[in-house]
Amino acid sequence: MTPAVAAEDVWKYYGDYPALREIKLAVEPGSCVALLGRNGAGKTTLLRIIAGFSKTGKGRVSIFGKDARDTETRRRVGVLGHGISVYEELTAYENLMLFGRLYGLENPARSAMEWLDRTGLARVRDGLVREFSRGMRQRLAVARAFLHNPEVLLLDEPFTALDDRAIAVLQTVLREALARRCTIVLSTHQLREALELATHVALLTRGSLAYHGERTAEMLSDPGWLYARYGESS
Amino acid sequence: MSFWSQTATILMKDLRAELRSKEAINASFSFALVILLLFSFAFDPSEETTREISGGLLWIVFVFAGALILNRSFARELPNDCLDALIAAPLPGSALFLGKALANLALLMAVEAVCFPVFGIFYNVNWTRQFWPLLLVVALGTWGFTVIGTMFSALTVNIRLREVMLPLLVYPTMIPCLMSAMKLSAHLVGGEPLDSDVMVWMKFLIGFDVIYTCLSLMLVEMVLVG
Repeated sequence: MTPAVAAEDVWKYYGDYPALREIKLAVEPGSCVALLGRNGAGKTTLLRIIAGFSKTGKGRVSIFGKDARDTETRRRVGVLGHGISVYEELTAYENLMLFGRLYGLENPARSAMEWLDRTGLARVRDGLVREFSRGMRQRLAVARAFLHNPEVLLLDEPFTALDDRAIAVLQTVLREALARRCTIVLSTHQLREALELATHVALLTRGSLAYHGERTAEMLSDPGWLYARYGESS
Repeated sequence: MSFWSQTATILMKDLRAELRSKEAINASFSFALVILLLFSFAFDPSEETTREISGGLLWIVFVFAGALILNRSFARELPNDCLDALIAAPLPGSALFLGKALANLALLMAVEAVCFPVFGIFYNVNWTRQFWPLLLVVALGTWGFTVIGTMFSALTVNIRLREVMLPLLVYPTMIPCLMSAMKLSAHLVGGEPLDSDVMVWMKFLIGFDVIYTCLSLMLVEMVLVG
């Protein structure tokens, strides 16, 4: 079976410094990989390469066997990064309509309203994002990332700085995405939330893949176990 | 969604965002009007002198005021990492570039539309005698400036000193375009028709626009994905 996401011998250099070293990763369709690692381990760099924001130094990344920058591939991928990626000068509805149109949705207005409803933003649909609270912006960012029903979700520290309502919304939509066999790769420092959701775990240490395999019950009962066993301290 | 629909979506998004924030357009309008006003005090020109300097004067105002608009073009995408969302979306880099370039063109033309009547009043020049050819020259010159400016705006978007770098890169590159536009504008403001004397400059301007538009459309994807 063609992996949903595959990295083959991926290296990435910043100047002479190798931020990623010979990463080999294959993510099966319908699985959820928690990408773990200390600060500077290379999680964001790897996610950015998979998302097609950045090129590899060496090696190749593919999504369903095709190049990450392929237009059709990008239609199947949803990205939620560090930034919320919505425009302050547009309303919540205009933001979702913009991305709905860019993703070529059949009925962007209906999808936008559906996601505004799901994220609890329907009553402020015509409010400018610059007037939104932080939690409202984050929920809008979740709506933007999920608007086109992506088959692959790339989430870079999605739980960081979310309020409780936004965490609840995100957890619900992630579980629903997994139920419809969406593939998820999420990087995070929040081990417990990530491990509860994950079917697989990948641990990066100084740019190298120290561990990649199924999430075990041992990891769930002791989230620090993986770092103790395979991390830099071992 | 077709290439042109995606281009139109980006164009409308940029215009809507700029018209709501008015960050670049207000600064550009003010700057252009102040320069026109100051030069009108600096010179005491006869109509003949005004005709001779009109091309240079107008285009200096346009490119300096325009740099303020072009600087914001891709920088507008930086807050909240909006550029990442556009790069992740299934639209070609060329559609993104063209949408932004057309939005910049509309904003620059709006500034120029205000500058011409002000120029006419302050310098006592009837600039409308060759209105349509002048409009064509201004549109072609502005498009050349916009294409280069938008491309370099994409290139410098992640540079800390982008406000300094953009003019340093744009102005030398657009010297051929500026020379043509200045010569043609001076000729047309003086009431002379577009004849064979200046047609070589017109061809030069069109050639410049075509070459840099094609180059930018081909290279923008490489510029955006580092």
